[in-house]
Amino acid sequence: MPDGSSRQERIADAARSMRVDLRLIADLVEPGARVLDIGCGDGALIGDLFRSRGCDARGIELDMALVTRAVAHGLPVMQGDADTDLVHYPDQAFDYVVLSRTLQAVERPLEVLRQMLRISARAIVSFPNFGHWSLRAQLLLRGRMPMTKNWGRMWYETPNIHPCTIRDFFALCEAEGYVVEQWLALDDEGHRAPWRRYPHLANLFGEQGLFVLRRSTNRVSG
Amino acid sequence: MEPFAEIAHEHAAFPGGIELDCGRSLRHLDVAYRTYGRLSPRGDNAILVCHALTGDQYVAETHPLTGRPGWWSELVGPGRAVDTDRFFVICANVLGGCMGSTGPRSPHDDKPGEPWGSDFPPITIRDMVRAQKRLIDHLGIRRLFAVIGGSMGGMQVLEWVATYPEAVFAALPVATAAHHSAQNIAFNEVGRQAIFADPDWHEGRYWEKGATPARGLAVARMVAHITYLSEQALTRKFGRRLRDASSLTLLDDRFEVESYLQYQGSAFVRRFDANSYLLITRAMDFFDLAAENGGDLGRAFAGARTRFCVVSFSSDWLFPTAESRTVVNALLRSAANVSFVEIASDKGHDAFLLDEPDFHRTLAGFLAGCAEHLGVA
Repeated sequence: MPDGSSRQERIADAARSMRVDLRLIADLVEPGARVLDIGCGDGALIGDLFRSRGCDARGIELDMALVTRAVAHGLPVMQGDADTDLVHYPDQAFDYVVLSRTLQAVERPLEVLRQMLRISARAIVSFPNFGHWSLRAQLLLRGRMPMTKNWGRMWYETPNIHPCTIRDFFALCEAEGYVVEQWLALDDEGHRAPWRRYPHLANLFGEQGLFVLRRSTNRVSG
Repeated sequence: MEPFAEIAHEHAAFPGGIELDCGRSLRHLDVAYRTYGRLSPRGDNAILVCHALTGDQYVAETHPLTGRPGWWSELVGPGRAVDTDRFFVICANVLGGCMGSTGPRSPHDDKPGEPWGSDFPPITIRDMVRAQKRLIDHLGIRRLFAVIGGSMGGMQVLEWVATYPEAVFAALPVATAAHHSAQNIAFNEVGRQAIFADPDWHEGRYWEKGATPARGLAVARMVAHITYLSEQALTRKFGRRLRDASSLTLLDDRFEVESYLQYQGSAFVRRFDANSYLLITRAMDFFDLAAENGGDLGRAFAGARTRFCVVSFSSDWLFPTAESRTVVNALLRSAANVSFVEIASDKGHDAFLLDEPDFHRTLAGFLAGCAEHLGVA
């Protein structure tokens, strides 16, 4: 593109400006993979996946202003809704489907996860952890709905209508028969937190959970 | 009123003619076209722009008949969203048109000395696309970098991918649909009936009398023009203002919107042929890409590796966003690479022809992203 900056510079710029948790997600994706980012915002992750990993990365975003910005930056993004638009994709169209910090805001989380693992071999899901100690403490001591950086809107106007904890999510994976291939707890900056082997501690001290799921290949029926 | 002036248009001649969807064929085919910019040595920077119902090939230059700027000169040109310093832009007058491509004003195949007039065989959007493909082959282009078009031009974009998927790297259907709705057909029919009711119509042989059904064609244009605008746009532009009067006297005062529409109508008949108008509106009405593919729109795009950017406008009620979404969903079913944007605008269907910065940015960004993928610098 004749815009003055070199390709390398633009890649470096994109990498620097990308949210830390998106950086972690990008590192989970194999080069050249087909990726769908649901709730992709301005397309920072898919831009990075294409430019630095050669992925066929696409996005869906609900907010039209963000969609317009992403497409104007040359990224394949469509305006759409995780709750209603995943049904249009064929089975196993992607290697990875990403849902970062969006699961808690969709209307039907179970159905969205089912669709994700229908259209893709793997699902990468991150969400703010409602089990964090500061939330528990606020609820216990103040008796009011917690307000933190991650949970910063009043209960009556928050888009986060389905909060869950890291342990809740493990339970859901168990119930739905999803294999947790990898999981991480992240601190408030989005960096990896050291609670890898202790889900209970991660649930207390992790600000976000990040999971890589696939469907069980030999799921016991029933 | 006199028929509009005959002028010479740059064109390619195909003496072998063309077979049409209706089963008949034309023994001779002319495709009038204009190009802007230069074709790269590898031939990989060609963009075909498809015009709408009343557009023509003069997309980015002063129109030779009207003296007005090209209909997409805001969008196509050096340094513009479709940058002619970088891309080789082609725009052809559609088959059945009246700006130099074979159409009702062309010499009749079987009646020497007569134009086709209303004898011209019915054509389809796919026939138009096939004629354009002949031109593209003639220009030595194996694959178009992009095909872009709004409204009926967007129908041609969809048809291009359905008919020649290997020949289109990127497709930009704007303010369009995979079929003409009953409402659209209804409005077209009002226009057609207005032409038929004009005493100068003469069963389509008005050229024999040196006449043209100008009033009927003008009314057709006026009705169509209303469908291109939105209620907000009309209100903003005209409201209930009167022309040359401060208050309503019920005698011969005119609302500004009336004189505007009359101007639109009378300007139109100086550059458009009534038989062409009838023929092309019919082609739009026939268009149904799903029906062409066994009732499944997804099949129209099956296996297509074309990258899509579908664009609609929020206040367009002629080709509403829901119709674009139908196209998008069909594309998703075939796992195509789709961008989809609804541009916020209160200017109605016409928005695709107007200065809409978000639309222009979207288009430029999509083309740049596609160029990056293809490695076209």
